[in-house]
Amino acid sequence: MTALTLTIDGELLAVPPGTTLLQACRQEGVALPTLCHLDGLQPVGACRLCLVEVEGAGRLMAACLGLVAEGMVVRTDTPQLRAFRRLTVEMLFAEGNHVCAVCVANGACELQDVAVAVGMDHVDLTYQWPQRPVDASHPRFAIDHNRCILCTRCVRACDELERAHVWDVAWRGSHCRIIAGLDQPWGSVEACTSCGQCVDACPTGALFDKQETCGERQPRPQRARLHRGGLP
Amino acid sequence: MTRTITIDPVTRIEGHARITLQLDGRGHLADARFQVLEVRGFEQFCVGRPFTEMAGLTSRICGICPVSHQLAAARAGDKLLAVQPPEAAQLLRRLLNLAQILQSHALSFFYLSSPDWLLGWSSDPARRNIFGLMAADPELARGGIGLRQFGQQVIERLGGRRIHQAWAVPGGVRTPLAPETRDWILAQLPQARATMARVLDGYKRLLDGPLRHEQRSFGSFASLFMALVGPDGCWETLDGALRLVDSRAQVVASALSADDYDRFLGEVLEDWSVLKFPYYRPLGYPKGLYRVGPLARLNVCTAIGTPWADAELADFRGRGGTPASGGRIVTAAFAYHQARLVEIVACLEGIEALLQDPRILDRRVRAHASLNALEAVGVGEAPRGTLFHHYRVDDNGLLTAVNLIIATGQNNLAMNRTVAQIARACLPWPLPASAAIPEALLNRVEAGIRCYDPCLSCSTHAAGAMPLHIELRDASGALLCETVRD
Repeated sequence: MTALTLTIDGELLAVPPGTTLLQACRQEGVALPTLCHLDGLQPVGACRLCLVEVEGAGRLMAACLGLVAEGMVVRTDTPQLRAFRRLTVEMLFAEGNHVCAVCVANGACELQDVAVAVGMDHVDLTYQWPQRPVDASHPRFAIDHNRCILCTRCVRACDELERAHVWDVAWRGSHCRIIAGLDQPWGSVEACTSCGQCVDACPTGALFDKQETCGERQPRPQRARLHRGGLP
Repeated sequence: MTRTITIDPVTRIEGHARITLQLDGRGHLADARFQVLEVRGFEQFCVGRPFTEMAGLTSRICGICPVSHQLAAARAGDKLLAVQPPEAAQLLRRLLNLAQILQSHALSFFYLSSPDWLLGWSSDPARRNIFGLMAADPELARGGIGLRQFGQQVIERLGGRRIHQAWAVPGGVRTPLAPETRDWILAQLPQARATMARVLDGYKRLLDGPLRHEQRSFGSFASLFMALVGPDGCWETLDGALRLVDSRAQVVASALSADDYDRFLGEVLEDWSVLKFPYYRPLGYPKGLYRVGPLARLNVCTAIGTPWADAELADFRGRGGTPASGGRIVTAAFAYHQARLVEIVACLEGIEALLQDPRILDRRVRAHASLNALEAVGVGEAPRGTLFHHYRVDDNGLLTAVNLIIATGQNNLAMNRTVAQIARACLPWPLPASAAIPEALLNRVEAGIRCYDPCLSCSTHAAGAMPLHIELRDASGALLCETVRD
């Protein structure tokens, strides 16, 4: 079989085998919100923002992980999906300490963009105001756990692209957080090459360049060039 | 029977406070207090944050003078990096501060204070505001709004937004000045100058007439005055050293470095206000009362350094200078208002001079470095007076201690004294136990506070266990119970 056919929001399209639902949606011009997905990294389905309805599946599917099958009927924009997406973003804001006004990524933040996209103009949930530290022990970069949404893009970028595997995920539930090395100060992890790819991959201001101040982060393409020494 | 008169809230100031006048059994004033009731707590919750965030974080303290906090934080950041910002950045920061002082003074003079005397102390309180001023004197109101707009537009064109920008950063500023922006600002100056000429002319007529008494006596008492001065003793808003003078024009201390502020400034917490009481340490508390702000800056400096402002400074001293100081020092708090106008003139001339300096267009505006010091004090002259930001950081640049000494706090002792003095002078003593006090008289007491243009949102950040005194009284004033935390 050279192509699979499916229907997305009533539109029929054909895609090659191995195509994910997210890729198919993008091909069709459907803008599904994502936070944990980054082209070039293995998908993990962590943020649950790209959930779609697949007729007959009996459950919602993460589009970044689900592969297209012949004859699928997919809906991406239903009242239930809109409510779920908004609730998911609300939970991200309520669970961390996201103070956009003084964040390095203000204006260049994917979490901010997604909040706008799903219409999250306020949070109904109770803010948790967790006490979380900032690790600024690295000479060039810092991680502010208050702004981390556990998308694991930094973990995958470091592991899959730089092959250094400085980052990992530790603990469970509300204690779950990103750790450097064996839960060491980042600056003491010898495996770190200071490549800055984790900082580039971060969708929020959790990982940042220590020279950057409030709202100073550049949007993604410019930022990526910055850490490659200005090369295109 | 004792009696308490409360003015709550104090209106047309920035923040929340009340004035309490405590009367003794014979109806005389026993005590007068300016009580600040809100806590902001920046000294506490900034701990643990990277010092590079402080310019943006502390600019959120206030919507009126965010630039002042931003500059003090950026200057403290310069010292933590151990860098000197490029020359253009220093000029641009100075330009930003002058625009800030200009717009804040315009707000204080036209929006908050002038309705008292332009509409009358006893005019309807519901109309005694900027809207009442617009109806009564549209040209003056338009001029005042225009001046504030000009200051705000300069700030916006430099830093991208009018309030809560974070353009000044440790090491300099984020972006250089575009020639078009310089030209635009220069083009606005003639109109701003014309407005100020009209305003000064009108205000001096008031000082010669209906405000003659207030200008001399309103909150007039001997005190120290503190401000930054340049190397030649001239008016200064950003660099330079601290100087203190007394009411007889004697220099009490000079060439003081803000880095050593703890050596000559102390801070006391009282149990009835959340606003700290800074004092000049060598004289002790509360004798070490000193004042900061426009009145202090004009008293402390030898000259302003620009022709029109120096002429206005001479007029200011000629009207209010006390005989004890040879006409050199003005002690009445009411003169803060004229001092603001003189400083607006100084800002207009200063902005013009800065923009005519070709160095201000240099593209090199930021020095980069990593952390090179663990403690720093950033200082600057905010519209309301000298502002200190004192930071300690760990080896990674995360804050371990923050102390903010705000202008309004430094005027706290003086504001309390002003309230007592005006209350004694304006109210009909002794007050019968049941006598109603005319609103116009209480408004004069309130206006004593407005002279200082206090910004309480800026100034209440006391960290740790603050002394607390809670009293529960019944309707007759009898004490039922009290809780005291030292």
